[in-house]
Amino acid sequence: MRLGAVISLGLIALGAVMVLLPFVWLVSVSLKPHAEIFTTEVALLPTRPTLANYWTALTETDIPRYLLNGAIVTGSILVLQLAVTVPAAYAMAHRRFPGRRLMFGAVVAALLVPFHVTAIPIFLGFAQLRLLDTYAALILPFMASAFGLFLLRQAFSQIPAELIDAARVDGMSEMGIAWRIAFPLGMPTVIAFAIFSVTAHWNDLFWPLIATTDPGLATPPRGILFFRDQESGDDVGPLMAGATLITVPLILGFLLAQKRFTQGLANTGLKK
Amino acid sequence: MRNRALTDLVLAGPAALVVILFIFLPVAVVFVLAFTDYQVGARSANWIGIENFATLFGSRQGRNALLNTVVYAGIVIPASVGLGLLVAMGLHRLTDILPRLSAVLRTVYFLPVAATLVAMAVSWQMLLHPSLGLINTWMSVLGLAPQQWLSDRGLVLYTLAAIGIWQSVGYNMVLFLAGLATIPTALYDAAAVDGADRGWSRFWTVTWPMLGPTTLFVVIVTAVNAFRVFETVATMTKGGPAFASDTIVYALYREGFVYFKAGYASAITVVFFLALLLLTALQIMLVERRVHYR
Amino acid sequence: MTARLSLDGVTKRFGTTEAVRNVSLTLHDGEFMALLGASGCGKSTTLRLLAGLEAPSAGRVLLNGRDVTRDSAAARNIALMFQSYALYPHLTVFQNIALPLRMRGLSAVQRLPGTALVSPVVRKRQAQIKAQVSQVAEMLRLGDLLARKPGQLSGGQQQRVALARALVREPSAFLLDEPLSNLDTQLRADTRDEIRALHRRTGYPFLLVTHDQSDALSMADRIAVMIAGEIVQVGSPKEIFHRPQSIAVAEFIGHHRINLLPPGPAGRLHPAGTRLWIGIRPEDLRLSPEGALAATVESRAFHGEETILKLRDDAGTALRIVLRGGETLPNPGDTVRLAANPAALHGFGADGRREDIPA
Repeated sequence: MRLGAVISLGLIALGAVMVLLPFVWLVSVSLKPHAEIFTTEVALLPTRPTLANYWTALTETDIPRYLLNGAIVTGSILVLQLAVTVPAAYAMAHRRFPGRRLMFGAVVAALLVPFHVTAIPIFLGFAQLRLLDTYAALILPFMASAFGLFLLRQAFSQIPAELIDAARVDGMSEMGIAWRIAFPLGMPTVIAFAIFSVTAHWNDLFWPLIATTDPGLATPPRGILFFRDQESGDDVGPLMAGATLITVPLILGFLLAQKRFTQGLANTGLKK
Repeated sequence: MRNRALTDLVLAGPAALVVILFIFLPVAVVFVLAFTDYQVGARSANWIGIENFATLFGSRQGRNALLNTVVYAGIVIPASVGLGLLVAMGLHRLTDILPRLSAVLRTVYFLPVAATLVAMAVSWQMLLHPSLGLINTWMSVLGLAPQQWLSDRGLVLYTLAAIGIWQSVGYNMVLFLAGLATIPTALYDAAAVDGADRGWSRFWTVTWPMLGPTTLFVVIVTAVNAFRVFETVATMTKGGPAFASDTIVYALYREGFVYFKAGYASAITVVFFLALLLLTALQIMLVERRVHYR
Repeated sequence: MTARLSLDGVTKRFGTTEAVRNVSLTLHDGEFMALLGASGCGKSTTLRLLAGLEAPSAGRVLLNGRDVTRDSAAARNIALMFQSYALYPHLTVFQNIALPLRMRGLSAVQRLPGTALVSPVVRKRQAQIKAQVSQVAEMLRLGDLLARKPGQLSGGQQQRVALARALVREPSAFLLDEPLSNLDTQLRADTRDEIRALHRRTGYPFLLVTHDQSDALSMADRIAVMIAGEIVQVGSPKEIFHRPQSIAVAEFIGHHRINLLPPGPAGRLHPAGTRLWIGIRPEDLRLSPEGALAATVESRAFHGEETILKLRDDAGTALRIVLRGGETLPNPGDTVRLAANPAALHGFGADGRREDIPA
């Protein structure tokens, strides 16, 4: 039994090393000087580490622009999603209006639709409206988050009806209750959803690849591909530095708020 | 009364509107477009019945994309679910003995889930580079022949599947760990008293059946994600070489947004969507059958 | 009586805390014993040590005189009924009951599905298992429920399944962990009778672990009282109740907490009270104009068939007395005199141990 535990620990540790390999390699190559990258004697770690690649990526390429775009797009998506979702989720959880059940049914049905399925019509519609190649094109389609509606509605349902009634008796408006009672009380779920939303859209490649061709609008993953395809393969160091830079924000967030992050992604993984 | 209705409209109206506009309407449009020969930018389109579907299932290229996706999923699903379970069971046991180490290992396994896949694909591409990559260097150290991981037609799909497994094991591990934590210890005690006190008999008597619902969920999530594989293909191979790593979502992207064949791409979308719905239906059926589990 | 299962000087430490300290305890053939203690006193750990689910830090576990300290739970063949029942939710009642027999009677290969089609040995063994399960199920009135799953059963039915699973393999001893705690009052009374009857019918040695003294007093032949990880007294229910060996046991046992008078003031109840603590149960005190003890009534609570008076004697000791019947009840503020039957007095030395006093 002891021996078994040692063996299984060994195998798990070996697996962890393999899981880490691309991360180590990414950072390692980004720290290698040019000559160490283009050599036949490939080593895992740099012998003379340098930050030159990062300097190049930050000053001579559009990486900062991509990071800014990523922040703009993911931030706007999250704000719009919450603005639309919180009042509706509150209404579905605590108000009796005609069509309430139908709406919840529709939300559950919409959960089954991956974004890929809606991409062609949205693309055609945006082309008609001349919205392609704008920030709006990257942001607007994701306002409709069936997942957010579902998750928040479930969270808000846990709030006792008496508390809502008390707020009504105290003279709060319904919109006020949604934002000042339901929203803060549902905060753990809101945070889980926010983590999920930001991660999904920061990392998304599919829609930015379709909706934009202007490098000035590129989100981080789209940008890194622009960068890679423009260079002739000679700028591997700065490319790896750039790839490191676009991964760092999420990894940092994950390491700092690990529990929340894991919950956010684990409970919410079905939907992209 | 009118006031109430107005309040409901203000609260729920915007959400209802965007859900219809960006989800239900596009789904309906896709199902219509799938039966036309519409090209992006064209002024008109013709009804062509099931011709797009006939092309998808009839042409070598179409069948190739479908088959590649099935092969990819067929590798990734069992491997990443199985490894996820093994790692979770190992870490679950380790939590009692070495909690710190267990937490660190858990973090490491989960990293690929949080990381930007495109950036990691760039790193994988360098790792797998035929001459500058670490993998081939290590292969020759071990006395093995270097491989063209991403440009060998017979190998590329398996390379992508390996990366798919790398990416999803941690996620499955987290779900399995949550499942393991809910198994009552009294059940393990009962099994020990009944004679199932170690290794396989313990696993088959308690762990595996009690993880049933978790496993079903993990398999479905992994399957859905495997069928959607796109980022690694788009970043590393663009479906090549010679369509050897073409998959259904990549084909959808290529036909619709590179060749602008909106009608044909819609047909691919419909097939992709129906396959996912079938998976979900399967899940619901299995869950129904196990309803008296709790 | 021969010893079936015993602990010999067993200590169990978790980290630095000692859950069980130097416990020796013997369960004899055919007897019904109760291990009684407050929650957290170490009685569940004792049970797990006996069953083989925990290994002792020191001491030995003996089964039929043989040292089984290092044997697994399954090898000891001790049946255990869990507080939560711990039924396998995915298996039917039949499969739940059959599982211990299958684990014992069939090898891992023989347990694979479909082997019965190939092997006559497996077929024969399975027929035996089926017969054994049916017999136990009949005894516990589970015959109609064999195809159900635990989730479809009531609490009482689940408990009978747990009993059946424990009994089916003819165990060397039967340990029950708080078997009555999940049942409502009515079912509790019925189940007490049922478990007693089961003990008489099967003749296995039973060890009942409970925090409820009325369960222990009403069901067991012998009671072991456990306080803070140690066995403080072992004896028949009557001995435990009428001759508690220490103040701790005297305070733990009894529906109403025992009155304790410190040495000195206690001398008014009994000459020995000048140097000993004197304990007297609230039921054994009575109002009497000639009583030796004067006390002031502080409060009065009517409970239906009995009335409880809280008093304070002139030395400042709080007292309680239970009155049954139609005496005229004093009011709060009244001063009354109390008398006790000398045979009902318990004397305890300064170390808390019992010291017998002449009646």
